[in-house]
Amino acid sequence: MNTQLLLIQVFNGLVNGAFYALLSLGLAVIFGMLRIVNFMHGALYMLGAFAAFALGQAFGLGFWPSLILAPIIVALLGMVLERTLLSRLYGLDPSYNLLLTFGLTLLTQDLVKQFMLSHYAVSSAPYTPPAALAGVVNLGFVVFPKYRLFVIGLSLVICLLTWFVIEKTRVGAIIRASTENPGVTRAFGIDVGKWVTGVFGVGVGLAGLAGVLAAPIYSVEPYMGAELIITTFAVVVIGGLGSILGSVVTGFAVGVLAAVGAALYPPIANTLVFILMALVLLVRPSGLFGLPEGAK
Amino acid sequence: MQKKTLTALVSTAALAAMTVALAQNLRLSDNVVRVGVLTDLSGVYSELSGQGSVKAAQMAAADFMAMNSSFRGKVQVVGVDHQNKADVASNKAAEMIDRQNVDVLMDLPTSSAALAASEVARQKKIPVMVVTGGTTALTNEKCNKYTFHYAYDNYMLANGTGTAVTKRGGNSWYIIYPNYAFGQDLNRQMTAAVQENGGKLVAPSDATPFPNTDFSSYLLKAQGLKPKVFGTMQAGADLVNVVKQYNEFGLRQQGIGLGIGLLFETDVAALGQDAFSGALATVPWYWNLDQRARDWAARFEKAFGKKPTWAQAGVYSATMTYLQAVARAKTDSGDAVVKALEGHRFSDFFARNAYVRPQDHRVLLDVYTVQVKPKAQAKENGDYFNRVATIPAARAFQPLSESKCKM
Repeated sequence: MNTQLLLIQVFNGLVNGAFYALLSLGLAVIFGMLRIVNFMHGALYMLGAFAAFALGQAFGLGFWPSLILAPIIVALLGMVLERTLLSRLYGLDPSYNLLLTFGLTLLTQDLVKQFMLSHYAVSSAPYTPPAALAGVVNLGFVVFPKYRLFVIGLSLVICLLTWFVIEKTRVGAIIRASTENPGVTRAFGIDVGKWVTGVFGVGVGLAGLAGVLAAPIYSVEPYMGAELIITTFAVVVIGGLGSILGSVVTGFAVGVLAAVGAALYPPIANTLVFILMALVLLVRPSGLFGLPEGAK
Repeated sequence: MQKKTLTALVSTAALAAMTVALAQNLRLSDNVVRVGVLTDLSGVYSELSGQGSVKAAQMAAADFMAMNSSFRGKVQVVGVDHQNKADVASNKAAEMIDRQNVDVLMDLPTSSAALAASEVARQKKIPVMVVTGGTTALTNEKCNKYTFHYAYDNYMLANGTGTAVTKRGGNSWYIIYPNYAFGQDLNRQMTAAVQENGGKLVAPSDATPFPNTDFSSYLLKAQGLKPKVFGTMQAGADLVNVVKQYNEFGLRQQGIGLGIGLLFETDVAALGQDAFSGALATVPWYWNLDQRARDWAARFEKAFGKKPTWAQAGVYSATMTYLQAVARAKTDSGDAVVKALEGHRFSDFFARNAYVRPQDHRVLLDVYTVQVKPKAQAKENGDYFNRVATIPAARAFQPLSESKCKM
């Protein structure tokens, strides 16, 4: 393979990497803070895309308003789910919340499918990028869709922002404290329950945002999150469960590696991430950026 | 005038006598002919076949009864979900035949499921009419006495589209295909069709994972290779993603055309007509092909609420063809119906100049190479195709000399 094609694929891989990063970031925040393995993350990503599509159909809302509204809708829905269902399972064996979120995933996918079929008579719907980002731009070494450049840029900004808020601000400090030692935090007069719900909302809101961003690239269809979520979990494991920096860096890295892998040897594209996961687990069981158990 | 009336009377009487004879000799296993529509009621192909296929078979059953008022048996249609899985298809086929006394299996989207059901039907000596499954193995190495292949197959798709595109100047191709039985078969057939017509492949075809959503790597590779045609052998949701990204990367503006292996009306609906505009594909039928097709489609739309896909129209036609064979055989016993079907020549709103080839049970019919027209040229909703060529039945399918079928 020549250097140009390699360069093109590295660049192209950043797009998928952006989606992996946004999704695994949300998963990491939720797991790191609440110890919930949110299997529903893929379905919420799909709901973000679906919300953007439905808002457009029902109210004629374009991409830009949807980019703000759809993640908020997904976040609110997530918060309702956390309050009504997930919160009942805290303190129980983690397999309960895994089963619950898995069940909710199946339910959501089928509901959306029925809704799309009955209202729009399609099971997969078109969604186009905004006019300002339509078309391609010649970067010299490759002709690339403008919209994909925007996806890379925006997700980088969001990832940095999330990292900054959690690591460097007072809000982040409260969140970290609430999860590290709820009892003491409560003693300072902080309503830990509300913070937990809020963090869950932000985490799934990130999935919703990724969904809206994905809508113009992939079709909006009920099962669009199902495949992606498996890769995302692998990314989270490689990066280190709960590590924010780890999920972002690994997300982009896996995207790039998969794209280069696909160009070198196409059959490996989908398996590469799992091979990588196996290797990392052998050498560093807590993931690349995760702290070993007991070090905390 | 009087003579005419007399002739009419006599012929009516003769017809009546014949139908009475038919009715009296009719031997049905339990006085009911049961048509089992084994299809995808919940998955990726449920829109293009699914409930619509069940409805089409029911329409065929009702029409058959109305046309043959003296037919003393009943016709029932059962719809069963095989989830596009070979093992489920195999179990359900056996269950339908053993427990529900189904006399024929219909539809069968997904090649692997069709092959599995075909094997069960062979063991139980029950005819199966594959309409929506595409693999040519059904009439080649996996052929059997009880399996008939209706509507289309991969050879016909490749032969039609590969020839049309190459002859129209698209003589250099880069092809991608999904890495499973259907895609591998279609890639082989398409490559052969392109080369036979003087075209060439600018690079070896690439196998993509199945299912897959991101095709950007292959599209970027195509940008570098600059073929005249980007051939995609993906189907359904995967095809929609490929075409969406083909447009996104602006390949058309870069002078790279689009060649599609398998196209259903539902794919065009899912992505919007303009995204497919200019692409060539081969289909066995489409609803506004002509007045006869339109008339039937209008009836289907009234009954089902949506325009039919060619798969659903094919299920109607196959069901009717099967029931008429039962009437000719005067029994629903598998062996007799197979005999009545073999060598049968007919023409209906779907299958034109059709012939059931006895040697491999390929049902030959006229097929059409179509070009997707831009939305601006559509006269009404669902008006997707311009006909580029009609391929006569005798030339549309794999010639017998190439068949690997040993029945």
